[in-house]
Amino acid sequence: MDFLKLFGKSEKKSKNVAKDRLKLVLINDRSNVSPRFLEMVKGDIIKAISEYMVIDEEALDIKLTKTRSSSDDTSISVLVANIPIKKIKENYRD
Amino acid sequence: MGEVIVITSGKGGVGKTTTTSNIGIGLAMLGKSVAIVDADIGLRNLDVVMGLENRIVYDIVDVVDGNCRIKQALIKDKKFDNLFLLPAAQTKDKDAIEPEQMKALSKELSEMFDYVIIDCPAGIEQGFKNAIIGADRAIVVTTPEISAVRDADRIIGLLEANGLNNPKLIINRIKQDMVNRGDMMNIDDILDILAIDLIGIVPDDEAIVISTNKGEPVIIEGKSMSGQAYSNISKRIAGEDIPLLNLDVEESLITRIRKMFFGK
Repeated sequence: MDFLKLFGKSEKKSKNVAKDRLKLVLINDRSNVSPRFLEMVKGDIIKAISEYMVIDEEALDIKLTKTRSSSDDTSISVLVANIPIKKIKENYRD
Repeated sequence: MGEVIVITSGKGGVGKTTTTSNIGIGLAMLGKSVAIVDADIGLRNLDVVMGLENRIVYDIVDVVDGNCRIKQALIKDKKFDNLFLLPAAQTKDKDAIEPEQMKALSKELSEMFDYVIIDCPAGIEQGFKNAIIGADRAIVVTTPEISAVRDADRIIGLLEANGLNNPKLIINRIKQDMVNRGDMMNIDDILDILAIDLIGIVPDDEAIVISTNKGEPVIIEGKSMSGQAYSNISKRIAGEDIPLLNLDVEESLITRIRKMFFGK
């Protein structure tokens, strides 16, 4: 890692590199579903939401991951969707 | 009716067999009757780690095939009268045992002992399925390496899919100096990712290599950090509430003493 030091102070602790890489790889490992399945879910979500608002389809991010349940501390699967909204459609505005 | 606990990891070489042998002895030291089962057919190792390799007559495949009675295959430990090893077969195939046979065997052993500890083979194939089918609970061993943690995550998913909920985690081979430098994932990093309960941490310890060379699991002499760690884990399995080892403080103390005497 010495060469990193040569290029300034942007050196990242290697354990954080490991953790970040692990998190990414586990998102795929855990989803246990085909990319096609996620694409289908994504398509339907876009269709449903587009009725009400204009969204940034390019930036839409949807993934299956795992987290701890806040109530009983067991591990549960969650679908995390990050959907940037451009604007709410005119006919739904107050 | 005793409890059947499977020790598993997915990845090979993270310390399943060492963990099984030490926990087996740890529970025997607490006065429990224990059977440790080597489910790694074709790659028998628990016998050499326990120092019992010269006493094997029958193995697990002989038992399920009906070549001998279960008691004939169980090898009594050298030091502990209440600890027995059921060795794996070395010359047979992984699929020499059917899951149903393994389930029946686990049940039979659980009626004879307080604890039955199964050393699971690496991988997720037949051997893994056999090892977990008769288990009441599971302990997952990992090390602070990206590959081991990834495999542990997969194993946790498979355990839960097979009805073994809430497996407990052992983080093995922690190098505290690397953790302090930020070059090794720490306990919280790993728990954050795997989201299961921790049952123990074990430091990376040369004493393990030495004790394995001799066929005397490290927990026996009890002075080493890793031996202490396994003793704590055994007590937690038996239901005691024991705080985690502080690897940082003790490690520095040990290094200080070592430096004092050996100058290194």
